[in-house]
Amino acid sequence: MSDSASVIPEHPPVTDWINDFDHTDPRWTENPFPIWDALRAHSPVVHTERFLGCYLPTTYEAVKEIAYDTEHFSSRRVIVRDVRPEVIPSPPITSDPPAHKPAKQLLLPSFTPDAVKKLEPRVRAICNALIDEFVNDGRCDAAARYTKHIPVRTIAHMLGIPEEDGDLFIRWIHEILELGIKNNDLLMGAIHEMSAYFAGQIAQRKKSPTDDLVSTLMNAKDIDGQPLSDAHVVGSLRLLLIAGIDTTWSAIGSALWHLARTRSDCQRLIVEPALMPIAIEELLRAYSPVTMAREVTKETTVSGCPVKPGNMVLLSFPAANRDPAMFRDADKVVIDRKENRHAAFGLGIHRCVGSNLARMEITVAIEEWLKRIPDFRLDPAGRVTWSEGTVRGPRQLPILFGNAN
Amino acid sequence: MSGKLKIRVDPEKCQGHARCKSLAPGLFDLDEFGNAHERGDGSVPAGLEDRAWLARSNCPEIAIEVIEE
Repeated sequence: MSDSASVIPEHPPVTDWINDFDHTDPRWTENPFPIWDALRAHSPVVHTERFLGCYLPTTYEAVKEIAYDTEHFSSRRVIVRDVRPEVIPSPPITSDPPAHKPAKQLLLPSFTPDAVKKLEPRVRAICNALIDEFVNDGRCDAAARYTKHIPVRTIAHMLGIPEEDGDLFIRWIHEILELGIKNNDLLMGAIHEMSAYFAGQIAQRKKSPTDDLVSTLMNAKDIDGQPLSDAHVVGSLRLLLIAGIDTTWSAIGSALWHLARTRSDCQRLIVEPALMPIAIEELLRAYSPVTMAREVTKETTVSGCPVKPGNMVLLSFPAANRDPAMFRDADKVVIDRKENRHAAFGLGIHRCVGSNLARMEITVAIEEWLKRIPDFRLDPAGRVTWSEGTVRGPRQLPILFGNAN
Repeated sequence: MSGKLKIRVDPEKCQGHARCKSLAPGLFDLDEFGNAHERGDGSVPAGLEDRAWLARSNCPEIAIEVIEE
């Protein structure tokens, strides 16, 4: 990204994708789908020496094997980067069995469909307040003015932290998930700032308790009946903020991007609103935002391919979701797809804890947009840009409404 | 597909994606952690057969079994 590109050592451009892939190459960022297809046609698992050694499973089956195999693949590092410094735990995403289950069970009750249903009116109000700001302009950058703010404000509301701090959260996440791939100082700086911020929130609540997710975690007990350490609470809060924001921002953005350029799907959702849940799942499949990572801890094989410890794995749920062996017409958006075992929220024990929240936010964001701005298209004079790294979505999304030009 | 259908969720496989609950709310319930189980004894009431098959076809963990009796 332009704001600090000068300090980031650039990776050499990829000339051999099969033996030297790089998920930060601008061509991958712009359009990864043909790259994945080519790699998948070559092998279910490919390797690069970049990032200190990293595998990429390219098929649904290979991704699934790794996601289910916690014996040979650890979650302690969940981002593939140029360096492998100290591990900073953010349970449960960075936890392996047996610590994983109790850490996740502390969070799960706050994220069931019934629990997130209670937040729905608030999310509708957030969406409408955002739309109010630009609806009369005839155009907007939907990434900057709409999709970006919905998850930030929602998660702030849930955690009980000020929505006005949203810009701060967005900067931290950009430094951790995008710039942090290549710049360790920025990443560590952001993590420490974030930890200090949450330590402050915890200190406030020790004086005057509140009724929000921060307090829920502070009052939670571990499997031995002991209160969680402040470090555990801060780690889980860091996770909820990092994992809950640009992932959902990306999913809403990709859905809107698709609808802006596919009038027929858009029309169909307007006349057939009951199709929305199925359509959202298909958009999640076709434009899955999140790629996770694992660290190989023991030698094994995946889909017949040997993998060796010391390497990372780029666990590409998005590539799995484009595998034609698993999905008919995998490269097409079939808005009423009936059979859709997509892995956008992961597979196995690390299934995204916020998946129900994300679905609700994406659905509400698209529903409210279609109600207020049923007629819209990409601005041919503008340029759509995509985020770099392991969370993919539009970061600039210029849209025209109605008859504007 | 002439006989009666019964569904069963394998609790070892279910990871709480809740796709079944969304597609067939009358056939599944979720526990406090969001993991699914079949409602009652899993018998699929007449008229909901398609929903049972749809839930099965959309479970990412292949945790749902549909049994034709």
